[in-house]
Amino acid sequence: MTHEMFLGLYVFVLAAFVGYGVIGGVPPLLHTPLMAFTNAISGISLVGSLVAAGSEHTTFSTTLGFIAVLCSSINVVGGFLITDRMLKMFRKRGGNKT
Amino acid sequence: MSMAAEFLYFVASVLFIVGLRGLGSAETARRGLIISEIGMAAAIAGTLLHPDIVTYKWILVSAGIGSAVGVAMAALIPMTKMPERIALSHCFGGLAAALVGVSEYSLHHQSVSHSTMAALGFEVLFGGLTFTGSLMAFGKLQGFIPGRNITYRFQNQSNIVMFAGAASLLVLLAIWPSVQFLFYLMFCVAMVLGVLIVIPIGGADMPVVISLLNSYAGLAASATGFALDNNVLIIAGALDGASGFILSVVMSRAMNRSFSNVLFGAFGKVDPGAAAALAGSQEIHEASIGDAAMLLSSAQKVIVCPGYGMAVAQAQHAMQKLAEHLEAEGIEVKYAIHPVAGRMPGHMNVLLAEANVPYDQLKELEEINDEFADADVALVVGANDVVNPAAKTNPASPIYGMPVLNADLAKTCIVLKRTMNPGFAGIENDLFAMPNTVLVFGDAKDTLEKISQALV
Repeated sequence: MTHEMFLGLYVFVLAAFVGYGVIGGVPPLLHTPLMAFTNAISGISLVGSLVAAGSEHTTFSTTLGFIAVLCSSINVVGGFLITDRMLKMFRKRGGNKT
Repeated sequence: MSMAAEFLYFVASVLFIVGLRGLGSAETARRGLIISEIGMAAAIAGTLLHPDIVTYKWILVSAGIGSAVGVAMAALIPMTKMPERIALSHCFGGLAAALVGVSEYSLHHQSVSHSTMAALGFEVLFGGLTFTGSLMAFGKLQGFIPGRNITYRFQNQSNIVMFAGAASLLVLLAIWPSVQFLFYLMFCVAMVLGVLIVIPIGGADMPVVISLLNSYAGLAASATGFALDNNVLIIAGALDGASGFILSVVMSRAMNRSFSNVLFGAFGKVDPGAAAALAGSQEIHEASIGDAAMLLSSAQKVIVCPGYGMAVAQAQHAMQKLAEHLEAEGIEVKYAIHPVAGRMPGHMNVLLAEANVPYDQLKELEEINDEFADADVALVVGANDVVNPAAKTNPASPIYGMPVLNADLAKTCIVLKRTMNPGFAGIENDLFAMPNTVLVFGDAKDTLEKISQALV
C-alpha cells in the first residue's frame, strides 16, 4: 500500500467520526432535509467526473465523464435547491418561516 | 495538483462539515446549507483548474443540462414524492461514481497500482450496486415494480454467493489489475446484486433501504477519492456514508431489527403463519363523520398519529385545517411522529411542515409517548404498524418489540382507514378491535374535510 493511500485512510476514518458526531446531532425533524443535503454534497463526485469529461483521452472515457457530470450536476443543483425548499417550510408556531 | 486547487479543496472540506453542523437545528439549517453551497462552488472551481482538462465544451453541455434538470426536479416534485426523488438521486450518485471508476480504469488499466485498483474496485462495486439498487427502490416507490416483497427459493443463499463472488473478483483484481475481463465482470455482478438485494424488500422497509443506499452512495464517492487521491472526495463521501449509516441505525432501531440484519439486507421478512393466526377474529366499531366530530370537539387534548396513508391520500393540508378548527376551540393538538412513519426518514415532518404545521407541534416518539395516557383522542391518520399495540403485548407478532406510539392508551382512539385491509407488513392490528377505538372508513383527505365541516 502506498503512503498516499494510508493518508487517505486517516482522512476517511477521521471524517467518518466527525460525520458521525455532527450528524448524530441532527434532530429527526430534519432527517429528510438531511438526506437531500448529503445527496447534494455527495454530488462532489463532480470533482472526478469533470476531469473525465474535460480531458480528451478517449471517446469512451469522455462519454462516461459526460454522463457522470450530468448525473452529479443534477444531484448538486437539485439537492441544494430541494433542501432549501424543504427547510423554508419549517416554521415555529406564530413565527416566520425559517 | 496545483496549490490553488489544493487550497480550494481544503476550504470545501471544512465548509461541508461546518454546513452540516448547521442542520443541528431548524433555525440554523438554512445558513448551514448556504455555507455548504459555497464549499461546493470552491470544490468545483478547484477542479476546473485541473491540468488534465483540455476542453470545457462537454462539461458545459452536460453540466448545463444537469443543472436544468436539477432545477426543474427541485421546483416541481411534490413533497409526497420525496422518497422517490431521494432514491433517484442515490441512483445518479451511484452511477456517477461507477462511471468515473470505469473511465479511470479504461485509461490506466495497464499502469494502475494494486492499491489504486482496490479503490477503483470498491468504487465500481458500491457505485454499481447503489445505481441499480436505488433504481429498484425508485421503481417500487413509484409502483413500476410491485411494492410487496418478492421472494423466491434460495434467495438469501444466492445473494450471499453473488456477494462473495463480487468480493473475490475485487481481490483478484487487486492482485492482477490489468485483467480487464475481471473488472467488467465485477461491475456487472455489482449491478445485478443491487437489483437482487432490493427486490425482496417490502414498502414498509423502504426507510431502511433508502438510508442504506445513502450510505453506499457515500462509500462509493469516498472510494473515488481514494482512486483519484483526492481528500475532498474522501471527506464528503465519508460524511454522506456516516449520515446514511446513522439513519439506517435509527430506522432499524425504530423497527426493532438488529443492525447486522440491516447490513446484509436480510429484512422485510414476515412470518405469514403468525399474521394469519391473528386475522379474521376482530370485531370493530365503526363510527360516522358526526361521531368523530363530536368526540374531537369534546376533547381537551388531541394527539394525531400520521402514517404513510396520509401521504398517499395527500391529506396533510386537510389535517392541518382540522387542527386549526380544533385549536380555535381551545383544544390542544400535537402530532406524534414515529421514526419509520412513511417511506423515508423524516417523511411525515416534511409533509406536515409543508401544510404549515409549526414544527414545535411535531413531537418525536420518546417525547410524546407518555402523553397519550392523558389525551382524550388519539387520531390515527393512515398509520398502522406504528400504532399496533401487539408490538408491546404479543410476543407472537412479527413486530413484537418494535417501539410504537401508545395510541391505545388515549381515552378514545379514532382511526381513519380506507378499508379493513391489514397494513403493509400484512399484520392484523389489535388497536382496531379495542373497545375504546372507533374506525371511520373512507379516503383520509375526504374524511378530514368532512369532519372539519361538521365541526363548524
